[in-house]
Amino acid sequence: MAAIMQGIGAATNLSSSFSFDSKGFQLQSVKSLPERITSSLVVRSDGRVIPTSNLKARNVGGRLVTNAVAAKADGSTTSTASKPGHELLLFEALREGLEEEMDRDPRVCVVGEDVGHYGGSYKVTKDLAPKYGDLRVLDTPIAENSFTGMAVGAAMTGLRPIVEGMNMGFLLLAYNQISNNCGMLHYTSGGQFTIPVVIRGPGGVGRQLGAEHSQRLESYFQSIPGIQMVACSTPYNAKGLMKAAIRSENPVILFEHVLLYNLKERIPDEEYVLSLEEAEMVRPGEHITILTYSRMRYHVMQAAKTLVNKGYDPEVIDIRSLKPFDLHTIGNSVKKTHRVLIVEECMRTGGIGASLTAAINENFHDYLDAPVMCLSSQDVPTPYAGTLEEWTVVQPAQIVTAVEQLCQ
Amino acid sequence: MSSAISAMKILQPLNHPTTAARSPENSLFDPFKSNSSLLGSSCKLRFNSLKPFSSSHRRSSVVAVSNVVKETKLNSNSSMTNLITKEEGLELYEDMVLGRTFEDMCAQMYYRGKMFGFVHLYNGQEAVSTGFIKLLKKEDSVCSTYRDHVHALSKGVSARAVMSELFGKTTGCCRGQGGSMHMFSKEHNLLGGFAFIGEGIPVATGAAFTSKYRREVLKDADCDHVTLAFFGDGTCNNGQFYECLNMAALWKLPIVFVVENNLWAIGMSHLRATSDPEIWKKGPAFGMPGVHVDGMDVLKVREVAKEAIGRARRGEGPTLVECETYRFRGHSLADPDELRDPAEKSHYAARDPIMALKKYMTQNNLASEGELKAIEKKIDELIEEAVEFADASPLPSRSQLLQNVFADPKGFGIGPDGKYRCEDPKFTEGTAHV
Repeated sequence: MAAIMQGIGAATNLSSSFSFDSKGFQLQSVKSLPERITSSLVVRSDGRVIPTSNLKARNVGGRLVTNAVAAKADGSTTSTASKPGHELLLFEALREGLEEEMDRDPRVCVVGEDVGHYGGSYKVTKDLAPKYGDLRVLDTPIAENSFTGMAVGAAMTGLRPIVEGMNMGFLLLAYNQISNNCGMLHYTSGGQFTIPVVIRGPGGVGRQLGAEHSQRLESYFQSIPGIQMVACSTPYNAKGLMKAAIRSENPVILFEHVLLYNLKERIPDEEYVLSLEEAEMVRPGEHITILTYSRMRYHVMQAAKTLVNKGYDPEVIDIRSLKPFDLHTIGNSVKKTHRVLIVEECMRTGGIGASLTAAINENFHDYLDAPVMCLSSQDVPTPYAGTLEEWTVVQPAQIVTAVEQLCQ
Repeated sequence: MSSAISAMKILQPLNHPTTAARSPENSLFDPFKSNSSLLGSSCKLRFNSLKPFSSSHRRSSVVAVSNVVKETKLNSNSSMTNLITKEEGLELYEDMVLGRTFEDMCAQMYYRGKMFGFVHLYNGQEAVSTGFIKLLKKEDSVCSTYRDHVHALSKGVSARAVMSELFGKTTGCCRGQGGSMHMFSKEHNLLGGFAFIGEGIPVATGAAFTSKYRREVLKDADCDHVTLAFFGDGTCNNGQFYECLNMAALWKLPIVFVVENNLWAIGMSHLRATSDPEIWKKGPAFGMPGVHVDGMDVLKVREVAKEAIGRARRGEGPTLVECETYRFRGHSLADPDELRDPAEKSHYAARDPIMALKKYMTQNNLASEGELKAIEKKIDELIEEAVEFADASPLPSRSQLLQNVFADPKGFGIGPDGKYRCEDPKFTEGTAHV
């Protein structure tokens, strides 16, 4: 969470140069969105975030204060009175990003099951249907393949739809449309039609949701040419990635995680958009590079606490962009630490970790002092029983062991 | 289905509310009687069931056309009206001849090794494409399948662009990247060209959704764009078809679902694949009118199309139109076409839509043989020129390989050197490895 703290530090510096009184916004509830939006004027012309954390990581020269190792993003370690920004939960951050984009561009619409009147199964679209109407926040029948195809057709003819899969696993039914049409139509039409859709939804292993509701579709989609995939993990990057995905002319699949929706964090009041292709430096370090994304970031940070106590200095990077990989941030890290551990929730076979291992070996082989190690979930349908489920997913203890092994 | 009876069928359902049952005197077959003997049988049975009407068929579709004319005369107050004006007739004739000549040239070029892969020709079905698409505005959209060359031509894509695309040249409508099965044109609102059956129907539904969205959310009051989705009988057993019928009717989208029922899905007879072969019936099940029309008769198709497109434009919702048609060639140029009964083929060959229109126009003094011959000659020259153009066009260079994968090429990501991969010169050369 070091990055978040640093980010807020920088935001404080920036906001003081603006005339609005940041303190005035402290007490406003999350729901009073419009006022906050209209008075925030910070828009990056190149669509990139105040690149505080990333920039510093790239410059590598400056040492960052790393007292916030594995601090939970609930803001409890900081006093809220004088901090700028507002606190919210991850699903609210997603909604905020979505709402800002819908306000900004009337062509942005949402399509999915129960997104309208029900407010979304995970409340990401709560209250949007009364505000924007039933056509802009469209409740669809249960026909994933067709409504995803419908979103593609709408995108080709000028709209910017966001397709919500109630659970990412349901999008397996939409695979025909995602692969053939979403991914390929821009190419097969010789560049004539763009497909600026965002496909998003919760995936990952939850709490005993059973095998079919616990799938990690990022590995299935990664080979589709023409799409980008990003995974959010904090309220800050959830909002930023959501906005970036909506603004992108490419089809983007945004992976959320069922267990992360209630993460709380303080995010800036000013508008910000993150880069879809960049990774996030979570905790700079010297001894080993740990690459992770989504929920495993938290397992890694938990393991990092233990590792720090044992005298290790892990560098933790949340890769965020699952396709394409940010080989620059990753490469710089590998060149510094010479050891890589990948921690992911995907299956072992053909997962994101497998691709990442190949990419690192291909590009940075000379810099490695040890083979790249990849901790993934077992190639097992996620069992219902809690104990079994726990053993299919990578746990912090395993991460600690792996680091110790690699750093011998 | 006899043409005489289908003539009546067109007019009836359109005047009735969508869920009205069909009146007994108009129903062609009693599904229970005909289907019970259909299980496991081949198309022969269907052809045989037509035999009792074959004598009226032998009088050819001109009879059917004149039946419709009679009906129109009855309905209209003027004494002597033709279904079409001379200009309209010539336009329709030219479009159908363009389609036929183009497809014949495709076959020639394929066997000469100028184009490869899967090429699906439209010979025989021209009345459907011409009958529908010639009624559209440029802003209306068309979504097709892999049998899309003629849809592209009818919609306005130049023969040169389509031929070049088939030759895989960079001057093709999709820069040579799509091929026979993926014809696209943003300028003419041709939304594809899809290889998997059924996958174009949701895309068409989306285009119709945009039209409605434009009108109701973006407050573009003039937006009354209609979308046509063309697909075959085989697709009518596919889930996406039903899912889209449901959504289109639910939201009253401005779309017309046009089924080109040519009885065959490669080698699978429609009757062997479908529990209830009457596809038009599936419309009312979803709350939209279902219409059956003789797809070998361009004038009948056009009458039905006018009504269906008009409905959509007025915001009254979708229509399902089943066009009974036939493809004179095999499923694709690789298909030996051995399964179809030669008698069936000759039956439909006698109902060639181009011959029928020619007969109608000359018999009703709308055009002379000479004028029609002149059109044929003009089209021949146009196609020859298109082939020359395609032949002379350059093949795509290596630098085209990585273009158009992403609308925003930043999607290829950031390379180890910190720069976006697309900024690498190897990228523009097409030699970078992605």
